[in-house]
This record gives sequence, structure tokens and C-alpha cells, in this order.
Amino acid sequence: MSGRLATGGRLIDRSRALEFTFDGRRLTGFAGDTLAAALLGAGEGLVGRSFKYHRPRGIVAYGPEEPNALLGIGRAGRFEPNARATQVDLSDGLEAESQNRWPSLAFDVGTLNGLAARVLPAGFYYKTFIHPRPFWKHLFEPVIRRAAGLGRAPRHRDDDTYEQVHAHVDVLVVGGGVAGLAAALAAGRAGARVMVVEQSAHWGGRAPVDGDPVDGRAPDQWLGQTLAALEEMENVRLIPRCAAVGVYDHGFVLAAERLTDHDPGAPGPRQRLWRIRAGRVVLAAGAIERPLAFPGNDLPGVMLASAVRDYLVNHAVFPGDRTVVVTNNDDAYHTALALVAAGLRVPAILDARAAPNGLLADAARAAGIRVLAGHGIAGVAGRQRVAGVKVCAVAGEGAVVEEIACEAVAMSGGWSPAVHLWSHCGGRVAWDADRAMFRPDPAHPPRGADGTAMVIPAGAANGRLSPAAALAEGTAAGTAAATGQDRIDGSDDPTGTDIAPVWMMPQGAGPALRAKAFLDFQNDVKVADVDLAAREGFESVEHTKRYTTLGMATDQGKLSNINGLAVLSQALHKDIPAVGTTTFRPPYVPVTLGTLAGEARGDLFQPVRATPMLGWHVEREAYMEPVGLWRRPYCYPAPGETHEVAVAREVNAVRQGVGILDASTLGKILVQGLDAGRFLDMLYTGAMSTLPVGRCRYGLMCSEQGFLIDDGVVARLSDDAWLCHTTTGGADRIHAHMEDWLQTEWWDWRVFTLNLTEQYAQVAVAGPRARDVLETLSGDIDLTAALPHMHWTHGTLAGIPARIFRISFSGELGFEVAVPAARGMDLWQALLRAGQGVGITPYGTEALHVLRAEKGFIMIGDETDGTVTPRDLGLEGMISKKKADFLGKRGMERSHLAAPDRWRLVGLRAADDSVLPEGAYVLDAGRTENGQRATQGRVTSTYWSPTLKRGIALALLRHGPDRMGQSVDVSRIGAAPIRATVVAPCQYDPDGGRMHG
Amino acid sequence: MQRYSVFALVRQAMGWHQGWERAWRSPEPQAAYDAVIVGGGGHGLATAYYLAKNHGMRRVAVLEKGWIGGGNTGRNTTIIRSNYLQDPSAAIYEKARSLYETLSQDLNYNVMFSPRGVMMLAQTQHEVRGYRRTAQANALQGVATEFIGPARVKELCPIIHVSGPRYPVLGALWQPRGGTARHDAVAWSYARGASDLGVDIIQNCAVTGIDVEGGRVTGVQTTRGPIRCGKLGVVVAGHSGVLAGMAGFRLPIESTALQALVSEPIKPCMDVVVMANTVHGYMSQSDKGEMVIGGGADGRNDYTQRGSFSHVEETLRALIETFPMLSRLKMLRWWGGIVDMTGDRSPIISKAPVEGMFLNCGWGTGGFKAIPGSGWAMAELMAKGHSPLASAFGLERFREGRFVDESVAAGVAH
Amino acid sequence: MLRLTCPCCGVEADESELTQGGAAHLRREGPGSDEAAFEAYLFLRDNPKGPHLERWRHSYGCGKWFIAARDTVTMQVFGTYPAQGSGPPPDIAARMGGRA
Repeated sequence: MSGRLATGGRLIDRSRALEFTFDGRRLTGFAGDTLAAALLGAGEGLVGRSFKYHRPRGIVAYGPEEPNALLGIGRAGRFEPNARATQVDLSDGLEAESQNRWPSLAFDVGTLNGLAARVLPAGFYYKTFIHPRPFWKHLFEPVIRRAAGLGRAPRHRDDDTYEQVHAHVDVLVVGGGVAGLAAALAAGRAGARVMVVEQSAHWGGRAPVDGDPVDGRAPDQWLGQTLAALEEMENVRLIPRCAAVGVYDHGFVLAAERLTDHDPGAPGPRQRLWRIRAGRVVLAAGAIERPLAFPGNDLPGVMLASAVRDYLVNHAVFPGDRTVVVTNNDDAYHTALALVAAGLRVPAILDARAAPNGLLADAARAAGIRVLAGHGIAGVAGRQRVAGVKVCAVAGEGAVVEEIACEAVAMSGGWSPAVHLWSHCGGRVAWDADRAMFRPDPAHPPRGADGTAMVIPAGAANGRLSPAAALAEGTAAGTAAATGQDRIDGSDDPTGTDIAPVWMMPQGAGPALRAKAFLDFQNDVKVADVDLAAREGFESVEHTKRYTTLGMATDQGKLSNINGLAVLSQALHKDIPAVGTTTFRPPYVPVTLGTLAGEARGDLFQPVRATPMLGWHVEREAYMEPVGLWRRPYCYPAPGETHEVAVAREVNAVRQGVGILDASTLGKILVQGLDAGRFLDMLYTGAMSTLPVGRCRYGLMCSEQGFLIDDGVVARLSDDAWLCHTTTGGADRIHAHMEDWLQTEWWDWRVFTLNLTEQYAQVAVAGPRARDVLETLSGDIDLTAALPHMHWTHGTLAGIPARIFRISFSGELGFEVAVPAARGMDLWQALLRAGQGVGITPYGTEALHVLRAEKGFIMIGDETDGTVTPRDLGLEGMISKKKADFLGKRGMERSHLAAPDRWRLVGLRAADDSVLPEGAYVLDAGRTENGQRATQGRVTSTYWSPTLKRGIALALLRHGPDRMGQSVDVSRIGAAPIRATVVAPCQYDPDGGRMHG
Repeated sequence: MQRYSVFALVRQAMGWHQGWERAWRSPEPQAAYDAVIVGGGGHGLATAYYLAKNHGMRRVAVLEKGWIGGGNTGRNTTIIRSNYLQDPSAAIYEKARSLYETLSQDLNYNVMFSPRGVMMLAQTQHEVRGYRRTAQANALQGVATEFIGPARVKELCPIIHVSGPRYPVLGALWQPRGGTARHDAVAWSYARGASDLGVDIIQNCAVTGIDVEGGRVTGVQTTRGPIRCGKLGVVVAGHSGVLAGMAGFRLPIESTALQALVSEPIKPCMDVVVMANTVHGYMSQSDKGEMVIGGGADGRNDYTQRGSFSHVEETLRALIETFPMLSRLKMLRWWGGIVDMTGDRSPIISKAPVEGMFLNCGWGTGGFKAIPGSGWAMAELMAKGHSPLASAFGLERFREGRFVDESVAAGVAH
Repeated sequence: MLRLTCPCCGVEADESELTQGGAAHLRREGPGSDEAAFEAYLFLRDNPKGPHLERWRHSYGCGKWFIAARDTVTMQVFGTYPAQGSGPPPDIAARMGGRA
């Protein structure tokens, strides 16, 4: 059983004991512990269950590569599933729970052992659950879904907040070990703006644990002095608990910083996303130790050798009284020596190499440790944790030569440089056969905007494992990055070349043993599964990964990828580099969604565009609808009123008295200049250059394709200035469209455009009493015969400078009053006061729709959908025949757009005067080539008309205008079609007497 | 072909699974074929399978420059739906969806088609009108959908925040038989089925040139030597422009990056697929428990399978707003695919300007769900010269202005 | 996450400040153009896998359109230049190595 030594532990503060719970049990750790260290220290060997077979799982690693110790921590609005215990700093009162087990961690009914697991190899689900068909959805899949997954789904809204910060630096150093700190020091001294991010809470990386001198000093001494030097530099910023997670094009790097996770409930954001633009990135992210594949290597108590050392040195935590070390390289001897030095027993070092020699082997022997060369493990005794190992010759088939009792196994399969961030943006890796590792390939770096290498790897991340090499390469990389160089001359340090490329032991293992040797501990992928994939033709490493799920667990294959690749290459009888690697994808470690989203939640989700009158609408409890980023009143229900009743009341008010509409969201674009008329003639289908000053004209805009994209009233303000109104949704788009043509096609034309949408508040005053209301307001504007329909004027209204357009989208006498935005609310209030006597009524967008539909006026987005031409809408009159060219003219001539049988605008009246269904189609005889019901038109707008006391509809219908009075069938879902008569689009006041009155 | 079943599994388990055969043959390329399909993604493999199965063509090869299913087939969010607005789209996507219903049985390979239901949220009045129109169209097209209200949305997917202050859920277009499938399995099952019918599936074989004589295709040059063919089908998604260039013509296509994301796996919390187009995000939960997420495409031309972070960020913001419980989950992985976008965002299944050459491309963001229907139609077009399912998707439509424009509905085509 | 220098205002702009506008230097075809030319203008694109000339607008900055010479595979930027012209300036063309 694991536990804690009475003394030691360089990172813990024994004066600060912290209480926490695991599955409800109260346990104790120390400040400076991670949750994983505290669990091991408290003797908790079993921490989880694997994904597929629900096998018992213990802590394997020390860092973000940990595949097993995934726990649910916190509660309610602070509950987090799948938290990696090796990356959770222990805090007082922390609540942790194991996952993926039922009813308890020790007794999980989902556990599959022996034969049952044997029937479920890689990809078994592709080969079964096929019959009978309905069973997949109704039986098999629900069962699989329940068994899969890891942690519980959170049920609450997140209590915490998050933030995003931008940083621009010359040099970003990823990793705070010897290489990273040396790089920062060199770059800082060269005057560069430097940022160093370190994913753990501590600086120095492996060096202080391994103990080898750095630059001739004890590692902790070197570390202290280096940090002190860095902290004095104003141009260097050190950020611990911050993991660089993604490298993107042009030096963009994402890093996630944990701010309060180690102190839950502390004020401020929980995590911070750094968005960094770096001139150069020094990748000093270190290396990750690999497990060895041997039968039973997944049992709790089998750990990485380096992790055993980390827990021991940093936390005074040991994995058991007796630890057997199994390795294919020298590095694990450090662990054996550290254990013995701490007074623990190492019954044997099983070394896969035939003749382990060298300083470390000698030291081990000198310390009295038995070294069994050429030996490995053929099996591990124990049910829920290690009780002993079965020793075999590595070369053989696994005949057991000896059994050694122990509580823990420390394994080392060599080291893999953490090349992930090198690879995210296109960097390739090369196989270093001497060290049995993939290293960054300097010939194929990730390249930046200028074509040079964005990332410079250094130290262990570059495959150079000694502290001396880390120091040398880090210093060189820091200097290079700060001085515009994009590469360094790598060190030729030989550390790591002592490795024997042994991936699986025993090497002659038969299928039974291969089915017990795990590669991916979380996803339960075994050596036999990779063998099976190869046998079935999944020869590409990507195929094998996908077929077996190797490396697709939450550790993203940090421990399993290389071993799996090696096993695959053996199965295919190919070299490892010939099999290739899978692509590394961001993020390097999982990142909280909330962190990625940052502050943009709730009220800050998206900016709100507010008209000057928005507050009044909200206060009036208008029913608001989002229109782009605007919010507009849909209707203003009186207490107890339904939306339908409110809309009818608002429509009636406009038809019978007067209504006002907040039209401020309409686009208002000023187009001015000597060539403005010529420009607008190209932009609109009609002629705008001939519009006299003081007049308004309705205009249509088409895309080059010939389809209608926007409409609105254009007013000529002066000889060289026009004001173009656009739809609410069109303002920004149309302004951009204008600028596009002006800047990139007709750049020699003398025209300026200005989007004034937000500079003006605009109110539509509509209804037979509209003029009366306006005249009540003091002012100097003559609204009588001097201002006929489609004219505009300006002056002062209620003391506010105003422009008044005599235009109407309701078919009633109508004015639109535009005032400076700051005076919008004054105008609105003045109008309400002035109209009090005549029942002035604010109306919303839905009444607006009904009013215009009664008149047969089209609405962009309803009658148009991006495939409709002006001709389809009966607006041929708006297309100038005199102009040689305008945008869309050529497009409209294409055969399909000019075809005679297009669907064209009509009105429809249901035989029973009901409201036709929204979106309904006009049925045609027969069926399409594909057996679908044939159609000949569709309803584009359909409303109850409070004015006509019946349903009204607009529709596009084949040959529509030629079919007045005919009957057609309109579709209904789940009911017989409904009969309707083709009528003119305008169903109210067709002569326009009211509008012109 | 070795039959797959639970009995076969048990039998093989006795022998430690040593007796499983290759899922598909991997032969050396022959000198000539009746038909060569370039591109071993789902669409290419399905085309080859239906050429063999429906039209009796056996001398067929699929040439894949990398490994089969390694492009967008293996990189998408696996959503299957056919609730399209326009008749031609609905026809081919519904054909595909209906083939998905029985694909596992037809191919003796569990592709895990899971008709768990797809809902597209309406969060503006405009979307409500658009989806009501689509529901009407679908009823006439024989596609089972309905427009449902917010209460039903909440019932089907309890983790949705329906009364969000900014974009409350006003309803949804609901397709109960839409769903998901296991993407890799779709490619592998078609490969296995096609291989069984005699189709040669040749991986690591890149096409480097197209041989044209007298305006007619005669073969291809490849990294594994020249291969002659009677008919050539080019089914290479984002690389269609490159292949068209080899044959001397241009396409109305631009290649851009589209990204997808998965979270760490959690226990089941969402049984349906939800798409929220107003805020640009869509999500489902895989059988493994991961939340599978997609968003909008990058606009720029891009062949990197990456894309920019800002899209990831926007998508996640939208989804947290829609599903507040997501906030404390962790994203595990995100990646990109190269999507081929046409001028009207609808696919091209067409004869090429060069005789004997056929194109199947331009699926943009919506290709996975179409695979069986696309292969069916492409095979019919190649074998017979005409396919009703493909007739609206010809190249000539751009010249004529005869768009199949799905963006006219409130949604975007995912 | 590209970063491009706006040739109008000189700002090194993040991609999120920019709007992309597709292939550059298309020749507009208006009334009178034949079907093939008009189709090519509207739809047919080189869509190169490699160096590419493309339009961008500094939408959340100075508002000006400009053209970037960029490799669609390596993301290397050979230069940016104003939109008013018919092709890249000689220095940028040289950096592209005549590949576009």
C-alpha cells in the first residue's frame, strides 16, 4: 500500500494539513500536494475504472499524461467531471469522487474480466448488434451509452467566471524547466519581451527531482538564482499554472491559466485564456515517459518510474514498501536509487537490456539492488492492486522464472519529447533511432507568416534529455528567438542512447499474454487489439487508432501513442518511421469550455445594438425580438392582451388613427460626391441620378447574380448627396457592398459613403391622423401640400432639428421623422404627448408586417430569399431600361432568371377567408422525377388582416399575374389542401388614395 | 466475405481472434479498369459499391492518395438529416438517410446509425417562418419533419436553456428519424462491401495526372503507375479543383477549413442532435459520451485542415449560451477538414466538361449525411448517363442561374 | 489565425479584424458578355493549393479593401498591397516565385 514518509517532500508544507474527501471518506494531505499525491499519500491505490472493461485503475503518472485518475470534484455550480488528479492542486475541503463505477469503486458490476472481455476486442461493436435492426436504437445503443462516458454530466449553471487576455511578446517560452528558464534568461538579457508559461505550479521541471547538477550547482540552487534573476527583469513575465494548449498560424498561441482552482471560491475569474501573438516560440515542454507493455501492466500499483520518483522527492509519497523496477533504459535506475535512499526496498530491477552497464547500473548494484538483465515481466499478481510480479526472460515466450512479491512496479519504456505544440501548425517529426523517439524535424518546422520557423525546440522537447543539454539548448534557443534567428545548433548530448527499443515483454508473447498487455489504460486498448487491427487491414496508423480507439482517451495518447505505433510497426513488419504518426491536434491538455468562451456569457454574450428608444420599449414591456444584434419591439401587449390581439389593435390604430414605429434600425447610408449619382445608378436597378433634390424614390438592389438583395427609399439631399435607406439587416452589408465596388472596381470615381444608421433616430408616424399629430408639435415645417408623397423636407420639430420624409410602408398617410440620435427619446415622447388626444399607438414589427402585406408591399427576406428577381415580384417598373449597365443586369439575363415560367408575385385569398398556413406551397399536378409532390408556387407572407377581417397572403406562383381569379390548392400538413383564389397582391386601398391623401 | 455476428465473435474469441480476415482486399493496381474512382472517402467508396452492386460493374478501382476515409468522412460531426428545403436536396439527402436506415444490415457491418432525432432551433421570427416553410416542403417531399414548440424542445432535450434572454427558443424543426452514425465505419463498411464485389481498393496511390485524348478521358497517372480507364469518377472533396486543373478546366469551388470539436466523455445527458443556426453551433453526444460540436466555416481559401481559433471560440460561446451546463466541461480535441464550397453551397454530381469524366464534389459542410445517396446517384450517373437524384446538381446550373440554394431557408447547410 | 498588414493604414491586423472577399483581380463581366465569360467571372475559381491572391477588407479598422498574396498551404504571406490595380507589385510577385 502506498503511503507517506515521516520526513521529506520538497514541495509540501507539513505545517498545513488539508482535509479532503474521496468518495465520502475524509482524508488528509498537505499544502503543496496535488490531489493525486494526497490520494497516494493516504493509501488510496484504486482511483477509477477503465472506460470499456471497467477494470480497476490506479494513478500511473505525475502530470497531464495521467490516464486513470479522473475524478469528479466540487459540487453543484462548481462540479467538474473528469478532473485529472495529477493536475488538481489540493485545497482544504476538496470533495472528490470516483467515476464510471456502480455501485462503488471497489465493487463495480460493470467489470468485465476473462472470457467476457475476450469476446469484446477492438472494434467488436462493428461486427455485432446488427440484427434485428430496431435493437440498435432501442436496446444496444442505450446500454452502451450508459456504460460509456466517464464522469457525471454537470447539471448546474457554472458559478464561476472566466476571462480572456491578449499578449504580444517577442518570445514565448513554453515550459518552466531548465531549458525554458535558460531560454527566458537568454532572451530577457537580449532585451526581448518574454513570457514564460509553465503548466504546473512549480518551476524547474525534472531537474530538482533527478538531482543532477545544473551549471555546476545543485538544481534547487540554480533554480532559485535563475528565478531571482528573471523576476528582476521587467521585460520577462513568468506565469505558472498556465498550459500552452494550441499553436496556430502566424505565431498565435493559446494558453490556459488556472487562477483560483487551487483556492476555490477566491474572488475573480476561475481561469484565464491567454491569446498570445509571439514573434517566436521556444518549445521547452519537456518529455513524457512511456510505459512498457507487459501482461498485467494496468493493475493499480504499476506506475511510471519517473512518477514514482516525483511523488517520492516532491511529496514524500511512496507507492509501496517494495517496488520492482522494470525498464529498457538507464533512467529508471534513478528511481530505484531514490527509493533505496529513502529507506524503501527495491527487490529487483528487471532490465530488458542484455547488459546494462554504466554509472547508474553500477550505482544500483553498489546500493545492493539486484539487477536482472534481459528480464522482464510476464504477469502481475493481485486483483485490485499489485501483489507481485512474475519474472520472465524478455526474449522468450513468457515462461515464469521467478515470482517476486511487491506492492508496486515502476516502469520505464524511455522518453517521448512533448512535440505536440511543434506539430499543431504543420511541424513534422523525425524518428531518432538512437534514442527511440520522435523528435522535431528541423527541416520541417511550423512556419510563420514570413516563412521562417515559428517554433524552436530545446532540451527534452528536442530529445536532449540531460540537464546540461537543456541548459545549453535553452540558452541558445532564447538567444536565437530574441535575435531573429529561427533555429539553433542542437546539442549532441548522448543521454538516452542507452535505450533498447523494447516495447512489449516478453517479446515472444502469445495471444493470451498480448491480450493482457495494455497500451491505452483509459480506453482499454491492448497489444492484441493493435495486432488485430493490423491483421484486419487497418494498416495506416490513423486507421489503427480509430479502429482500436488507441490514443483517443482524455490523455490523447500521451502515454500510448508511441507504444501503439511501435506494436503496429512490428505487426506490419515495418520500421516505425514507415508507419508514420497520427496528427497532433489542439489542445495539448483539455481546456474548460468556459475558459474558451471567456467573458462572453449572459449579458455579454453578444453586444446589443440599442435604438435611443429601446429603454422605453423595455419599460413598456414590449415583446422584443432579436433582429441581428438589434432588439426590436414585436408588439406592445396591454395587460392581459395576447400578442395576436395586440397586433390587431396596433394595425387598427394605424388604419383608423395614428401609430408610431421606432424605425431607427433602418439603414441610413449617405452617398456623396461628384460621381455619386453615377455610382447609385450602378448600384440600384432604377435611376437615382435623375432624382430631383427634395424627392424620394424607392430603389432595388441586386447582386451581380441578378437576385434582389435589398430595397429602400433613397432621398436626394443635395446636388451631390443622396441618403440611401436600407433594410434593418442590410445596413452593414450594403454599406460594405458599396465600399467593395467603390474601392475595388470604380476606385477613380469621386464618391464617399458613410453609414449613418446609428447617428439618427427615426420614427414612422403613420395613419390618417399622422399629419394632425405632427402639426401639433411646434415647428417650422409645412406638412401640407408642400410635402407630397415621396418628398422630404427639413426644419425643426418640437425644438429638434429634423428631417421629415413623406413615405409610407403602411399604405396610410405616412411620415418618417429623423432626428439626431441623442434627441430620439425627446421626439418619441413629444409624439406620444401630441397624439394623446387621438389615441396615438406605438406599433411593433408584426403590425408593420401586416400593414405592408395588406398593401402587397414586399419584404426582403419574406418575398425574397436570395433566389428572387425584381421581375418575379412584379417590379419590372423599377428596372431602368435606359441604363447600359447596373449590378445584376447581366445576371438577370441568364436563361433561368429570364425564363417565362418563373414563380411570380400574386395575392392569395383562401376560399373560406382563413389564414393560409405559413410557408405553404401551391400544389401542382403530378410528381417530380424523384417522386415528390409537384408544386407551382409558395406562400411568402400570410396574416390575419384586422382591416379586411379575413386572411390575406402573398405568394409566388408560376405565371401568377396571368392567372387572376383562378383557383389553386395550397398545401397543409396533415390535412387536405385548402382552396384559394389568385388575387392582386395589393388587397387594401389599391388606388393608394389614403397614402397620397 | 467473412460474416460478422455475435456468434462469429464468440467463435473467434476462443482462438484469441487470430482468425479474422482483412476487412477489405488491398491488391496491386491493374493496368486498366472499366471505371476508376479517384478518392477513397465515403462518397467514392459508396460510388464504387453501387457501381458494382446496382449496375454490375466489377472492373472498378478506387484510388486513394492516403488511407480510406481519412478526409472529411473521418473528420465530421456525423449528423444525418434530410430536412432540406429544396426538392432536389431533400430527394438526395432523404435517399441517403433511408439507405442509412438499413446500411448495417445491407453491408453486414454495424455503422451505428442512430435515428435519435435532429432538431434545428428557431431563435428568431425569421427562423420560425423559414422552418415552417421547410416543414411544409418536407411534407410534400416525403420527409418526416414537424415544427415543434419550445415546450417540446425542452422535453426532448432537457439541458437546453429555452428561455435565454437574448435568443429564446421559439420552436424547432424536428426530424425524428435524423440522427448520427459512426463515420469511420461508413467508409470501412463500403470498402468491405465493395471489395467483396470485386472492387480494387488501392490506398497510398495519388493521382498525378489525367490522360485526355480527343476530349475524352483515357486514364490517370498515379504514384503507382499509369492506369487506364473507360470512365473516371472524381470524388475528392476539397481537392476537386486540383484534379479539375489536371484535366484542364476550372470548377465553381473554393476550399476552406471547417472545424469540429469534441469534449471529454461524460455520462449521457443529451439524446438528440441540436443545431442552433442563429448563434452558429451544433452539438450531439456520441455513444462514447463526448459532446461532438461543430460551427461555422472559415471564409478564406485553406488547404491546412486547421482553421482559426476565432471560430472555435464563437461556436463554444454560442453553445454555452444554449446549454449553460457545458461551461465546466473540458474540450478534448479540435480539428479541421477542407470543405469544398460551390457558388450555391449545393453539391455537384455531374458529367465533367471532358467526356467520360464525372464529378462528385462541392458537398461543403454537408457531405457525410449524403454518402449513401451520393454514391447511389453518382453510380447511376456513371453507369447510365443520367440519374434523377443528380439531375439538379449539374455543372450547367451555374451558367443558367438555376441554383439549388439551401441558404434561403433560415439555416445553413451543415 | 492569420495576421495581415493593411497597406492602407499600416496596422498589422488580426484575422478577426478582417473580412475576406475571395479571389482577387477578377475582371468584371457586364452586359454584353458571353455566357462562358460571365459564368467564369461569377463562379469559376483557380482555388490554388499554394500561392493565392485574395481580397481582404480591414472591416474593424480603416475599412479599406486590400489584397494579400498568401500560400493556402503554408500560410506564408508574400505581401499585401492596395486593391486598386490589376496585379501584384513586382516585389511581391517575385517573392511568390511566379507561382500565381
